[in-house]
Order: sequence, then structure tokens, then C-alpha cells
Amino acid sequence: MSFPWAKHYEPVNPLMRYLDEKLPLPRLVYNAIGGGYPVPRNLNYMWNFGVLAGFCLVLQIVTGVVLAMHYAANAGVAFSSVEHIMRDVNWGWALRYAHANGASAFFAVIYLHIFRGFFYSSYKAPREMVWLIGVVIFLLMMATGFMGYVLPWGQMSFWGAKVITGLFGAIPVIGEPIQIWLLGGYAPDNAALNRFFSLHFLLPFVIAGAVILHIWALHIPGSSNPTGVEVKKESDTIPFHPYYTAKDGFGLGVFLILYCALLFLFPNYLGHPDNYIEANPLSTPAHIVPEWYFWPFYAILRAFTSDFFFIPAKLMGVLAMFSAILVWFFLPWLDKGPVRSGHYRPLFRKFFWFGLIPAMAVLFYCGGAPAEEPYVMLSQIAATYYFLHFLVILPIVSMIERPEPLPYSITEAVLGEDKAAVLGENATPGV
Amino acid sequence: MIRLIGILAGLFFSVALLWSLGNGVVAVAQQGYLKEATAESEFHLHPRELDLQSNGPFGTWDLAQLQRGFQVYKEVCAACHSLKYVAFRDLKALGYSDAEVKAIAAGFQVPGIDANTGEANLRPGLPTDYFPSPYPNATAARAANNNAVPPDLSLMTKARHDGSAYVHSLLTGYRDLNTFSVGGKHVKDEFPDFSTPEGGHFNPYFANLNIAMPPPLTTEGQVTYAPGQPKATVDQMSTDVAAFLTWTAEPKKVKRTQVGWPVLGFLLFATILAWMAKNQVWAAIKPKKPRAA
Ligand code: HEC
Ligand code: HEM
Repeated sequence: MSFPWAKHYEPVNPLMRYLDEKLPLPRLVYNAIGGGYPVPRNLNYMWNFGVLAGFCLVLQIVTGVVLAMHYAANAGVAFSSVEHIMRDVNWGWALRYAHANGASAFFAVIYLHIFRGFFYSSYKAPREMVWLIGVVIFLLMMATGFMGYVLPWGQMSFWGAKVITGLFGAIPVIGEPIQIWLLGGYAPDNAALNRFFSLHFLLPFVIAGAVILHIWALHIPGSSNPTGVEVKKESDTIPFHPYYTAKDGFGLGVFLILYCALLFLFPNYLGHPDNYIEANPLSTPAHIVPEWYFWPFYAILRAFTSDFFFIPAKLMGVLAMFSAILVWFFLPWLDKGPVRSGHYRPLFRKFFWFGLIPAMAVLFYCGGAPAEEPYVMLSQIAATYYFLHFLVILPIVSMIERPEPLPYSITEAVLGEDKAAVLGENATPGV
Repeated sequence: MIRLIGILAGLFFSVALLWSLGNGVVAVAQQGYLKEATAESEFHLHPRELDLQSNGPFGTWDLAQLQRGFQVYKEVCAACHSLKYVAFRDLKALGYSDAEVKAIAAGFQVPGIDANTGEANLRPGLPTDYFPSPYPNATAARAANNNAVPPDLSLMTKARHDGSAYVHSLLTGYRDLNTFSVGGKHVKDEFPDFSTPEGGHFNPYFANLNIAMPPPLTTEGQVTYAPGQPKATVDQMSTDVAAFLTWTAEPKKVKRTQVGWPVLGFLLFATILAWMAKNQVWAAIKPKKPRAA
């Protein structure tokens, strides 16, 4: 892995030398996030979000494990056990708000991480595997977030669980048995709550395993960079430590300020008041809305209001909702252009800023709004663009686009010139 | 190949979406409106702002007000509403002494067990007990209240949008359906079919405009405030009980922000240091020439 000029780990004191012989863990760390990992010298702050996502994962696991010591996964007492945490457990309120808002922070960070990938086409070879594992992580995160939201057993917990598991009922013939099997009953109840708790505890560790694979796969080609030009030589890179540890450290500080402002000053801003009402199977809330990070996909689900030939509208919605994420798996092969960075792709860039971003914004907005006009029509338009963008526009743009000239190397991009530049080497973009 | 399948899948989803959109547009064109107007959509009022000392990220508790609000709850609302997540011992945070808390607790009857016979009975409350429900069960509550269960009030101000303001507006928001108007339009003229059912009360702050709770606070001096406290007008009592319910919903609210500011201050300081450290580290490899665009 890594480049030939990567620095080698040399333990200085005898204890570290002993450890390196028996269990080279410090060596692993040194080569992964220390001086032994050469990184492009021109990474901007969009490359900070991977580290922040890792921080969020640890934060969620730590706060979650402690919450689980006080939480009771039983439909009769789950709601009041959460109030017990808020009122009687020492610092329980801080713990719970940290975990609830931590989930939001995690998703905010991950959305930025993914959109970095979209703009810089980080999904392209040789990083397809990094991207594929990333999409798996995102799916796991959604499952974890969904099941976690059920645990406090408020009205939105219950009705959210009912709506989402009800989606399986849209599958012809086998749908309903699957739904009953998943829930352990006809509607969410104790059986569902218990298995959701069990899985909600398990999945973050599965995610942690997937993150290790993600970073392992990343370290084979190494990070991409804002120019999308691959590393050519030593002057293109700097060691991760101290340069990026320092830069990411500052980014972490900014993140923590925003996160703590949310947690301590507006902890319920992103939540829904109905979830402070205990679950009641006999009383349906006026508007059932999931957490904000599901809104774009919820909007796509609800955008299908008419049957399409023999396919019922509900089934179309479910298919489209899952496909909206599954298309990400195919991005490396749908977008074939050799140039990665959006900075050098004039046509792609226009569709990104004036197509994908507004469409996502509309889907975010409409997913949180009631299922009435004009929101339904707006989400229909935005969802149409969404699918066209990934499945039709990207393949065509990547075939017809004429990219702008790339710098010869990262060194040239940073310093303005590269003495070793060979005239015309990048005339045909491909590196 | 993948691209071909992709383009076909993309067209499939977008045509299905446009088909839905087309049907929607036709339906709207036939109806002539985007969204049907109902009495709820036209005459529901948003809560009026309520200025409480505990509002916002710098808020603090006004203990005298919380005590007055507690008095309103105890003397009026407790007849119908429980407060099941609040224990009597919690009232010490409002400035009551141990002896006062004991006396308050003893004033409530809570479910117990007869020490001799083992039969269920009622006994005077202890500081460790929680505020009891005035009804033995939901069916009894329903029977006594026109088929509506008075909800537990502990979390009420967190369980509604603009909770504290909502409680205040709701309590002071009962109106006469026959004369009520918004912007010169009368409910009765716009929606002649709209009516208040038997045992219901018209209140435009309530989601469906008809609430089963009779106006609980109706007359000045309904609750006798201690000397030196503000006059017990309906508005004052409603404000006080809203303040009290803000506390019951989140007794740690003020502590939360008081912890939060120092945390933020520290983080700001640490982040400035991190910024300076980063600049120091990067100074070594800073390009001498500005980078070409
Ligand atoms: C005579 C019994 C009675 C008394 C006294 C009473 N309430 Fe109610 N309250 C009810 C009933 C019944 C409901 C349910 C109304 C419904 O669902 O239509 C209710 C509902 C409420 C609601 C919830 C409204 C909503 O949005 O769902 C609040 C808040 C409330 N009461 C506050 C109070 C306060 C504060 C007091 C004391 C000042 C009080 N109530 C006194 C019977 C009462
Ligand atoms: C728990 C969640 C995740 C963690 C902890 C994580 C962590 C990281 C880290 C530390 C990096 C290197 C730093 C960086 O480039 O920002 C990285 C890179 C990357 N991640 Fe993630 N990631 C997560 C989820 C995802 C998801 C959901 C996707 C996409 C769907 C994704 C796609 C990528 C890609 C493509 C790269 C390489 C970027 C490049 O080099 O240009 N990651 N990730």
C-alpha cells in the first residue's frame, strides 16, 4: 500500500520496539493516520468529513452504550424509561440529547461526505470499492437510525415504524407475510421493539467493521484530491501527520461548536413534538414524518400517486425509494468520463449545481412537508430530475463533455508551476 | 451495457413520475384549487407569543412564577389532569422546603395497599410518589369528560409546537363560535356546516377548533395568590401555569443552557488554538507564489 516514498515506522524506545515485534499496532496506526501515510498536499475542507464521520460513529457508540444501561426495551415502560433518563439519571439529559442530536450530526456529515464524492467524482476508478463500501455504510446507517428512532416509543416512533414496515406490504403476494415476520406481529409492539433494540445495538459495530474496510480500500490508491489528478511524485504529497491531523483537528473544533450549540441550546429543534407523546396505536398523528435525514427518500416514496400500468402506486414508490439509493452503487460505471474533479468538467458542473443540488433541496423540503399540494407536485418534478440526473444525464454528459485542461500535477496546482512538467503530457485527460 | 440499462431505468421512473404529476395537475385543474379549504385550515390560530423568563438560550426560572403556576395546577387542572413524570420531591427545585413538600404530597391521595387486609386503597402521598391521576383508569376519565381523556400534562409544552405559548393561548383562547372572525370573515358565513358538538367548546387554538375541555380558568381570583404576588387575572394564571408546565416538561432546561455556554466558550478557545496550530504546521510548506487559478 501507499507510495514508495512513504516514511517507515521506526520505534525509538525499547518498549515500542518490543511491541512492534510482537504486535505491530503502532506501526498500523502510523501507516494509516500518521507520518507514514502520504496524502495529496491540496486537500480542502471537504476532505475533513470522513474523519468527522468516524468521530460521530465513536460518539454514537459511546453515548449509546451508556444510554442502554438505563433504557428499558419494553413497550410498557420504554417511554417512561426515557423520561427517567431525562430527569433522574445523572447527566442523563445530556447523554440523550447528545445521542439524538449526534445522529443528526452524523447524517449531516455523511451527506456532505457523499456530496463531496458526487462533485469530485471520487467514486471513479481506482476508488470504486471505497465508494461501494460507502454506500453499504449509508444503508446500514439508515437502518440504524430508523430503528433507533423507534426506541423511545413515542407517537412518531410507533407510526414511523408502522409506515416503514408497511412498505413491505406493497410487495405482491409475499409482502404481507414478510411484514408480519419482520414485526413479529400485525403492528409494531413489544416483539418489534425488542428486536429493533437488539439490532440498533448491533449495527453500529457492523458499521465500524465496514468503516475499517472502507479505509483499507481507500489506502490502496490513497485519497483523491480537488484536482482529481493522481499523485505522481513525492512533492505532490505530505505526510498525514502532522499536516492533516492539524487541519482535521481544526475542522473537528468547528464541528463540535455547531454540534454543542445544537445539543445544549436547541436540542429539540430537529425533533418532532409528537414524539413526546407516548405511542398510541389508536390515535394517528395528523402528519407522520420521519427524521429529517430521511426526507428526500420519503418525498420520493410519496411522489408516486397514480398506478403505472399494472404496478400499484405504492409499489412504485417503494421501488423508487430504494432505487434512489441503489443507483449510487452504479455511479462508477454510469459516469465514465476520465476526468474526476467537477472543477474541470464544465457541463457536469452545471448539472450538479443547477440540477442535482436544487432537486435534492426540494426533495428535502417536501419530504418534511404534509402530503398535499403543492408539495406533492414539487416532489414529483424534483424526483424526476433526480432519476434523470444519475441514470440519463450523467452517462450522456460523460460521453459528450469536453473537459477543461488539467494541471500537470498536484504540485503544479499548488505552486503554480512544476519544473518536471512534460509539455502536453496531460493534453489527453486521463490521469 | 450498464449505461443502457441505467438510461432505461431512469426513463421508467421519470415517466411513472410524470404520469403521477399529470394526473395530479388534471385533478387540480378540475377542482380549481390546490388544497381544499376547511374550517380548520382557514380559522386555526397560531399561538400568540408568550414572554417567559425561561425562554431562549439565556433563560432562567422565575421561582415565584413557577410556584404560582403550581398552585394553579394543584387547585384547578389537577381535578382532571395527571402529572405522572413529576415526583413531589422534584418540587424542591421550585424553592419549597422539605416540610412543605411533605405537606403538599400528603394533600394528594395515591393508590396504596391496606397493610392489614392487602386490599387496594388510597393513602396520602409521600415525597417519593409521583403526581397521581384523578381517575382510576382511562375509561373512567373518558366517562367523566365527554368521551375525551384529559392528557397527562408533564410533557405538554414539549409535545406541541410552541408548547408554552400554546398552553397560554389555549387557556385564554375560548371564543364564541357565532361571532368569531378572522380578517373580517366569520366562520359561520364561510362554513355554515361547521358546528361545535355537544359537550365541545370552540377554541381556534386547538387543532380541530373544538376541544372537549371546558374553559378551566374563567374568573379573576379563581386561585388566591399569596400577598405581594401579581393580581390573579385569567391571563396571569394562564401564563403562570404555562410557565410551570414548561418546567415540568424539562426541569433541566436552565441547567442545560448554563452548562452549554461554558462548553461553547471552551470549544471556541480550543478551536482558535487549533486554527493557530494548523497555520503554524502548514507554514512550513506554504507555497511562495500564490497558486494559479
Ligand atoms: C374538567 C376537566 C378539566 C380541567 C379542570 C382541565 N382540563 Fe385540560 N383537558 C381536559 C380534557 C377533557 C382535555 C382533552 C380535550 C380534547 O382532547 O378535546 C384537556 C386537554 C388539555 C390540553 C391539551 C390540548 C391539546 O392540544 O391536546 C391542555 C394543554 C390542557 N388540557 C391544559 C389544562 C390546564 C393547564 C388546566 C388547568 C388550568 C386544565 N387543562 C384543566 C379536561 C380538563
Ligand atoms: C460511518 C461512515 C463513514 C466513515 C466513518 C467514513 C470515513 C472515511 C474517511 C476517514 C475517509 C478519508 C477522508 C476523506 O476523504 O474524507 C473516507 C473517504 C471516502 N469516503 Fe467515506 N466514510 C463513511 C461513509 C461513507 C459513505 C456513506 C460514502 C458514500 C456513499 C463514502 C464515500 C467515500 C469516498 C468515495 C472516499 C474517498 C474520497 C477521496 O479520496 O476523494 N463514505 N471515508
